[in-house]
Amino acid sequence: MRPERLPMTARLVAIGLVAGVFSTLFGVGGGIIVVPLLVGLTAFPAHAAAATSLGAILVTATAGVVLYAVRGELEPWYAALVGLPAVVGAVAGAHLQQRLSGRALTLAFAGLLAVIGAWLVGG
Amino acid sequence: MTGWTIAAALCLGFGAGLLSGVFGVGGGILFVPTLLLLGLGQVEASATSLLAIVPTAAVGAWRQRTYGNLRVRAAALVGGVSVLGAELGVQAATRIDESLLRRLFGVLLLTVAAQLAIRTLRQGRRYPDEA
Repeated sequence: MRPERLPMTARLVAIGLVAGVFSTLFGVGGGIIVVPLLVGLTAFPAHAAAATSLGAILVTATAGVVLYAVRGELEPWYAALVGLPAVVGAVAGAHLQQRLSGRALTLAFAGLLAVIGAWLVGG
Repeated sequence: MTGWTIAAALCLGFGAGLLSGVFGVGGGILFVPTLLLLGLGQVEASATSLLAIVPTAAVGAWRQRTYGNLRVRAAALVGGVSVLGAELGVQAATRIDESLLRRLFGVLLLTVAAQLAIRTLRQGRRYPDEA
């Protein structure tokens, strides 16, 4: 059966399950997979998909924190030291976005991510 | 934790937030390498990254809600069900070899880099606030 034939609720449930596994396995919000799934499977417009993904991530990440904390894997001080300045950085970044949105710069950032990725795969 | 570690964590955290804001990528893919650089293991870095994501996602979701983009019931359903998936992910992460997990995370970063590059080359526009 094609996914478009399933009820909306079933499609959202499937997306939620995938998002949860992905998020705790890699320590990421899961937007990189949830946004394309929402656009592809539920035909959400891109902005609604990105926003809805953020709302879902809030729940997913909180659940992941609790599940990892009970296993003693959480380092709350590190999270505060990295996460709190990141909120300030993200707000500043969103404002800078218009001025810094050159293609060359984005490609340079993609290059940086690729270098870190290659380092992790190789190391 | 030394003073230098604290200073490095603050600078790297600010930098990660700035980059995620400018380029519209999630904080997590930058938090995890940052925490690895600060000396955490892969599983600890994943767990700690998720805690660091919570305030960023809360601010982002609240802002998007004021713009009217957030579909609350869909987000609650996806988020609610994701808790089951999250338990599976934690089980897997704590069982598989950390070096394999690190390599898989590296593959994820390479995928994001490729996706970002293709998107930029193809259309030259970006979707902000993806996390």
